Order: sequence, then C-alpha cells, then structure tokens
Amino acid sequence: MSSKPTNPDGLLSPERRRVLETAARGVVGAGAAGVLLGAYQKSAEAMPALAIRPPGALADETKFLSACVRCGLCVRACPYKTLKLADLGDHVANGTPWFVARKVPCEMCEDIPCVKACPTGALEHTLVDINKAKMGTAVLVDEENCLNFLGLRCDVCYRDCPVIDKAITLEIESNPRTRKHAIFRPTVHAEHCTGCGKCEKSCVLEEAAIKVLPLRVARGELGRHYRLGWEEYKKNQGPLIKDVIDLPDRAPNDITPPSGVPDAPPILDPSKLPKGWKP
Amino acid sequence: MTALAPPPRLNREARLSAAGPMPERGIFVRNRYLLARRMTQILVLALFLTGPWFGLWIAKGTLASSMTFDVLPLTDPFVLVQMLAARHWPEGLALIGAAIVLVFYALVSGRTYCSWVCPINPVTDLAFWTREKLGFQAKGWQPRPGTRWFVLAMALIVSAVTGAIAWELVNPITMAFRAVVFGSVAGATFVAAVFLFDLFVARRGWCSHLCPVGAFYGLVGSKSLLRVSATARSACDHCMDCYAVCPEPQVISPALEGAKKGLSPVILSRECTACGRCIDVCDRTVFRFTHRFDVSETAEGGTHRSNCSGEKP
Repeated sequence: MSSKPTNPDGLLSPERRRVLETAARGVVGAGAAGVLLGAYQKSAEAMPALAIRPPGALADETKFLSACVRCGLCVRACPYKTLKLADLGDHVANGTPWFVARKVPCEMCEDIPCVKACPTGALEHTLVDINKAKMGTAVLVDEENCLNFLGLRCDVCYRDCPVIDKAITLEIESNPRTRKHAIFRPTVHAEHCTGCGKCEKSCVLEEAAIKVLPLRVARGELGRHYRLGWEEYKKNQGPLIKDVIDLPDRAPNDITPPSGVPDAPPILDPSKLPKGWKP
Repeated sequence: MTALAPPPRLNREARLSAAGPMPERGIFVRNRYLLARRMTQILVLALFLTGPWFGLWIAKGTLASSMTFDVLPLTDPFVLVQMLAARHWPEGLALIGAAIVLVFYALVSGRTYCSWVCPINPVTDLAFWTREKLGFQAKGWQPRPGTRWFVLAMALIVSAVTGAIAWELVNPITMAFRAVVFGSVAGATFVAAVFLFDLFVARRGWCSHLCPVGAFYGLVGSKSLLRVSATARSACDHCMDCYAVCPEPQVISPALEGAKKGLSPVILSRECTACGRCIDVCDRTVFRFTHRFDVSETAEGGTHRSNCSGEKP
C-alpha cells in the first residue's frame, strides 16, 4: 500500500478506520446475539407448574440458573432415578435437573446424595435434614373429586406421606350430605411439607386431586406490614393500641360479643342462637 | 508465493516424485496425531459412558463439571467465570475442580481442550472433510478469527445482566456431551446445527471463528509449554498442505516463514490448537511437538526421519 498524503485534520486514517469498523461490527453483532441470548435465557426461566427442582435447589429460578452448570451429577447420584435432565419439549431450562412427582416422586434419602453431589451449590449444601427440604408443597387442588372429601375413607395420600401427621393431617368434620357420617379432610401443612410428591404419586384418581406445586405457585404471602392481631396481642400482653373504642360486632341482639380479646369465649354460642339465624 | 487453491493434496503423488528423495510415509504416519486425537476424544466420552452402559462408574457428569472415581472433581473454568459474573459463589468442589483444569491447560496447552477433548471437534472436522469431499469452493461467511473474543465478552455480559450462566444455554460442547452421555435430544439438535453451520454457512466457522470456549482456553494457555515448532522450516517446499489442513492457518506463517524476520520457529499463537495435523500432513517433516522455549532448528526434516511402517527410505 503506497503512502498517502497526510489526512486533512479531522479525517481518520484508513488503518484507524478499518480498526474502528471491525470493532463496531463485532460489538453490534455480538450485541445483537447477546440480546437474543438474554431473551432466550429469560424465557427459559419460566417453568411449568408441575416441574419440581431437586431438594435444596436455590428457590429463585434465576438464582438457581446462576449456579447450576447442568452437569447432571445430581441425576447420577439419585438412587431412585427420580431426577432427570430437562430435554427438548420439557419447557424446563435445557439440561437442568427436575422431576415430575406424579411419575417418580422424591424418596427423601436421609443422606441426600443429590445435594452432596452438586459441585456448585445450586443445591444448597446447608440442607442436611431432608425433612427440611422445600421442593414445593402439596396442595389438595380438587376437593370436588377427592374421595375423602366425598365422604369415603381413601386416606392414601395421608398414609403415604413420609411426614405423616405433620405435613398431612386428617381433619374431621361432619358430612353434610349424610348428616351422620364424618369427612376426613386431608389437610396439608406447608410448614412441614417437603414437596416430595409421594401423595401426588399415590393419589388413586385418574388425575391426582393432590398435587405438589412450586412454592411460588402454591403459597400466598402476607404483606410485609401485616400484623396478626391475636399474635400481637399475645406478644404485647394486651392490645397494641390502648383505649380503642370497641365498635359493636354484627351479631344477633341477645348475644353480647366480647371485645375482640383473644381466648375469650366464642362470640357465637350455638345454644343461644335464635332459630333460623345465618351469619 | 502461489495462491491457496486448488487443494494441493490432489497432486501429492506428482509432487512427491518431482521432489526427489523423500521417505515414503505410510498412511498411519500421515495420520498419527489425527488418530491419537480421535482416541482421546473417544476415551473421554468412554470414561463417562461405562457407567450408564455397563454399570462401571469411572467419570460422572459432563465437561461442565465432573467427578472421576469419586475423588477427582473437574469443572470448566469458563462456566465458573460465568457463574461468578452471575454473582453466585460456588461450593469448594467446583472451585477445586476449576483450579485443576485451569492449571493443567495453563501449563500444557490451552487449546488442546479443543483438539484433544472437545466432542464438537470431530463434528466440525467432519463438516470440513465433507466440504472438501463435495468440492465446496466458496468459504461462505468468514467472520474474523477475532470474532470469538466478542462472543466471549458477550457471554460474560449476558451472564452478568441476566444473573444466570448464559453460555450453557446454547453451548454445543456440553450439549453434545449430554446428547451422548444422557441421551439428550436437544443436545443432538445443537450438534447437528453446528455441523450444518460449518458445512453450508461458514467454512471452519464454529471452532475457528465463533466459539468462546475455545477463545477462553486459548487465553488460559497463552503462555503454555506444549507447542508445535516448524523446526525444519528451511526444508519447506511451500506445498501449502499444512495451511490447507490447519483449522487456524493464520498461526503457521509467522513460524514457518518468519526466518528472514528473525521470528522463532515455534508457533506461539494462543489460537494454535496443538492438534498436530500439520505434523501429520507435512511430507518434509518440517513440524514437530516441542516446548515453547525450544527455538532449535534443523536443516532438513524428512530425509533424516524414519517412518513407522518400518520401510527404509
């Protein structure tokens, strides 16, 4: 290349121009690819409601994907072949571990080999007691088809629960259909439920009436500012605010309700209710 | 100097007879490093396959992170760097594993990962071979070899912005591994995509221009010891065989033709994958494996070396 006359001030030399062009092409090309990759990444974080992560998985999906290298060591460690790596059509981030409770539930190994195998802490190594796992929580999603709700004594989900009488209890109530039998209502207590999915697996219906759902789907959350009056009352040994005017509660005339004090006798004493009264 | 085309290997026999006395090199000698690389690539996969196939567990996991004999953890440091960019501090197992891999490739040769371990290498080599067999003349889209640095930066930035390990979403290397070891259909699709990309869109497109993992290992091995040297460069007859076969041909010329400029015969570019293919194809035996500080040169290569088929020259 022959030497050119010096550039007028303000013009780039051809070499400089070429370097800048290359850089601009690279930045724009890689930038466009990066935007696509980022968008793909974000869409991959959407999980179907029935996809359950292994025990100890970082709760937030983005956090989980910041740690999981998709190596499959947890899958190899799982003695019951519960865990599998997500593949095409699973709608779970490709190559990450998951399971479907209805197919193969978690058997809750006491030594939690999947967590121990995880090299990165995507499955948190602080989980040492499998009973503290929170893979999700069971929810009795269909009271209309649950055999126990129909007044039968199926109880299979309750009997199969590894944390029986804590995670699932049977609450007895009267059966309004027969008016002489009881309904043994399977009731999940999310505080104790590990989300293993044994109940969903064992549900005898064609489609399980009790399902394990991720906590983000299954659980509500109180507002941060919210205080439960009766608990605050206990903590405070009395009402938080003194001298509150106690407005009359809505109740039949001949019942004088006590003033919102916990452990007070019930407002509605059934024996005092007038005939035909409805709340 | 003559142009690169037409493919010089077509007239190999004619050239050999014209060049006077040269050792007859058997087909094994002319492909020994290729065979060795295919062996190690198969061996790496085999270590992971004996478990699922025969219940004999040697290595578990994938190239992203693995555990061998329940004692040796290995983790891809590029995955780990993305993890840190995504602001997750890993458990010690991943840190130790990444450190072992990092030290190995920093000392030995960064891109031997590409040519001796990576399961995508045979795929893109097959695409290249198919191109040659089909006689594709056009190189197709040829981004600069430096494009991989932009892709590398992009993978780290996307990891930092989205807060998740970004490249593992599309990384064909671990995809291929999962396809073979875990039977992943998604992985197989990605492998097929890379093959078709290299075959129809860009000659040597993926490994030599775009792959950020290769760029990363190249960076790791910038000062690594194991190098190919054009020790007998004075014997070079400019047949261009090495350029035609090299996945990163830009790395050869400074060493092979740099004698006048006083450049070292050692190929020092971090982009060299140390695949040894140039050693294989060179009938003048110009190249050999050595360490980066070995600047020795010999006047002639081929005539002094015996071949492995046992024939006398």
